[in-house]
Amino acid sequence: MSESEGYSAAAEVGAVRMRRSWRERAWIELKKAPFTAWLGLVIILAYIFVAIFAPWLAPYGEADAQFGAYEPWSAAHVFGTDQIGRDILSRLIYGARNTIGIALATTLLAFLIGGSLALLAAISRGWVDQVLSRAVDVLISIPSLIFALMLLSIYGSTTLSLIVIIAVLDSTRVFRLARAVAMNVVVMDYVEAARLRGEGLGWIMRREILPNIMPPLVAEFGLRFCFVFLTIAALSFLGVGIQPPTADWGSMVRENASLIQFAQFDIKAGITPLLPAAAIAILTIAVNFVVDWFLMKTSGLRDEH
Amino acid sequence: MSTEGNRAELLLAMRGVRIDGFADERWHEIIKGVDLTLHKGEVMGLIGESGAGKSTLGLAAMGFARPGCRISGGEIVFDGIDLMRASERQKQRLRGSRIAYVAQSAAAAFNPAHTLLDQTLEATVRHGLRSREEAERDARALYAAMDLPDPDTIGDRFPHQVSGGQLQRAMTAMAMASRPDLIIFDEPTTALDVTTQVNVLAAIRKAVKEFDTAAIYITHDLAVVAQMADRIKVLRYGEEVEEAPTGEMLSNPRHPYTRSLWAVRSIRKPGETSADRVLEIDRVTAAYGTVDVLHNISIGLPRGKTVALVGESGSGKSTAARVVTGLLPPRRGEVRFDGVALPADLKGRTKEQKRRIQMIYQMADTAMNPRQTVREIIGRPIAFYHGLRGREVERRVERLLEQIELDGSFADRLPGELSGGQKQRICIARALAAEPEVIICDEVTSALDQIVQEGILKLLMRLQKDHGLSYIFITHDIATVEAIADEVVVMLQGRVVEQGLKEEIFAPPHPEYTELLLSSVPEMEAGWLERAIARGEGGRVLDRLAEGDRERPSPR
Repeated sequence: MSESEGYSAAAEVGAVRMRRSWRERAWIELKKAPFTAWLGLVIILAYIFVAIFAPWLAPYGEADAQFGAYEPWSAAHVFGTDQIGRDILSRLIYGARNTIGIALATTLLAFLIGGSLALLAAISRGWVDQVLSRAVDVLISIPSLIFALMLLSIYGSTTLSLIVIIAVLDSTRVFRLARAVAMNVVVMDYVEAARLRGEGLGWIMRREILPNIMPPLVAEFGLRFCFVFLTIAALSFLGVGIQPPTADWGSMVRENASLIQFAQFDIKAGITPLLPAAAIAILTIAVNFVVDWFLMKTSGLRDEH
Repeated sequence: MSTEGNRAELLLAMRGVRIDGFADERWHEIIKGVDLTLHKGEVMGLIGESGAGKSTLGLAAMGFARPGCRISGGEIVFDGIDLMRASERQKQRLRGSRIAYVAQSAAAAFNPAHTLLDQTLEATVRHGLRSREEAERDARALYAAMDLPDPDTIGDRFPHQVSGGQLQRAMTAMAMASRPDLIIFDEPTTALDVTTQVNVLAAIRKAVKEFDTAAIYITHDLAVVAQMADRIKVLRYGEEVEEAPTGEMLSNPRHPYTRSLWAVRSIRKPGETSADRVLEIDRVTAAYGTVDVLHNISIGLPRGKTVALVGESGSGKSTAARVVTGLLPPRRGEVRFDGVALPADLKGRTKEQKRRIQMIYQMADTAMNPRQTVREIIGRPIAFYHGLRGREVERRVERLLEQIELDGSFADRLPGELSGGQKQRICIARALAAEPEVIICDEVTSALDQIVQEGILKLLMRLQKDHGLSYIFITHDIATVEAIADEVVVMLQGRVVEQGLKEEIFAPPHPEYTELLLSSVPEMEAGWLERAIARGEGGRVLDRLAEGDRERPSPR
């Protein structure tokens, strides 16, 4: 042991192990994942599959109203038909595409707006931070569902305005989280080093800060997606969300709600309005399962049982 | 003093102690069978670099293992009581009455919501050793014994109302309150400035003697342990390297590893200067908010040389660096580079001006983006300043890695896969990649172990020779200054006390503060502390100088 003579800086930490590829690491993590996470992943993949291949999976068209109204469950119409004679199974399948697609687009937009403003606030600090944060405080203090209802009645319930309005309202939550985590990263010496080097705002945001705040943001993305999804369903249920003839689970619950009173005569008819509600609930729970697992993996948060 | 420990009464006997730690989902051995015997009234010094298992072993002397650790083998006998078999209740009764523990950070160990006195009393009154009145009287006597100012009233203060050094002494007083047979000091002065450290060391020393307490003193600073301990045990990778009485260990270390702990002190270069100043800080006054932290300072950096800024924390060393880099525009005065005034604010400077001044940080951990590979970290300044792309960047990264004595295989690693010294080398390479003329080194070695420090300092000196670099070297470690500096600037409270060639600054006579700073640096010989105290430097003269300044409420 004659370290003082044969000292070499390179030998201090042992040989480099090969870096595993992204895929290999993901697979190793997945193998250790609990049952609930697996269940959640499988359900989400199934939903995505249905959403993408809806036209091939659905037995009838989305707005095909050529059948009799309120037909019971049968071989031709697995879940019967609705009040103007559209096949409910087909609308459920198309609903996956519309509801998930719109919710995803809205969540992405919310993260784009909230995330970039948050990074801007965290890096600039001073008055930029003050103005943005206070503006967000104001927006957040208004109950979002009522605010969304109001804005939708002003701008009309088009899909585009639905996406933009919910995205802006939800971006306030994203802003708060992203700003809080970015603040912890901004004070690091490597951010100062980048600034001293003369790097622009864009580089510091994208390359120095963003990669270091990804885990909480990814988890928030999953949860935010659920909230957006529920908000859209709620607005559709109230009639200002996704408009007919576009199929969507929220409005399907509303349209078929009255069927529930026939449960005493035909149990299947009573179940029909619960089908789209169940579709909403199952996806929400599945996403939560996956997010829980991801959070546990990345932040060391554990249920203390 | 090394003979004092030879009294036969055995207090603590640890034999073949093994301790496991849980990491990466399996148990690793942290302590691999270490023996330790301690007699009554004896002070044992435990030294070793970080991760050597010093603290783990120290805690094991109380029969305690940190959460995530377990004592897996060996025996620990304290004054006839087998701690391995003792119940948790028995051990709890021992701790705080017969065994006490003094932690590194007194600020974190005190409860901010209670006064010092209340916390000092707590253990003794709770264990029913004394009545409250008695305990209060005793606490005041202890405060006096620890050389705390106003021992009668200081106990009424809250932890944030006294200085760091005083808090550490109060903590020791608290440990002494139950007159334990054994106190475990875990790096009690590591977080303190040298000038404060002397006071605390002297006070601990005095109290341990006065009450004839045995102690285990854990530190990584050989010079400190030389003042405190009767015997020294060197640990490395959880194993004992060697153990010897202090005097013997200092004069004749047997193991090469022990010898390497002296290493940094063996580098020394003569100070040189040149009239050609690459960088000049000219009558700069700078402030955070409305509080001036730099008062009209002027510092010159000769081309190709090293200027060391020394002073205790809060003296404005790092603030001066922020002014030079443009992060903190000064209120008055200017910084000149090659005779041309630099724009005060970073935003006003050109890319070229930014390129020529680079910075290396104290904590290499936080100075590198943990999500970027070494290639990205070093490659970025090359691409950014010199506009190179692809293969050309690749080649330069490889060459830089060679210059810092690492090889191309490191390019794919993330910072988390490097040791502390390697990280600091990557930071040096990043600064070098810009091809700067001036590098500001902010305490670059203070977070590293001695042997790694030596490597980094040698590297910096070689690079200086090869590239004609000029360094501003910020440090509070006088040994490092002696090793690397050409000129020295002594700072105190935002003012320059003295500046000049290293030899001139270190040769007497000194201004009062320089004297204090120099005499406070522990020397690697037994008895230095006694002499320092005898000269009156360890006592109240120091208190007046060092504490008087620090007692003022901080501006924040």
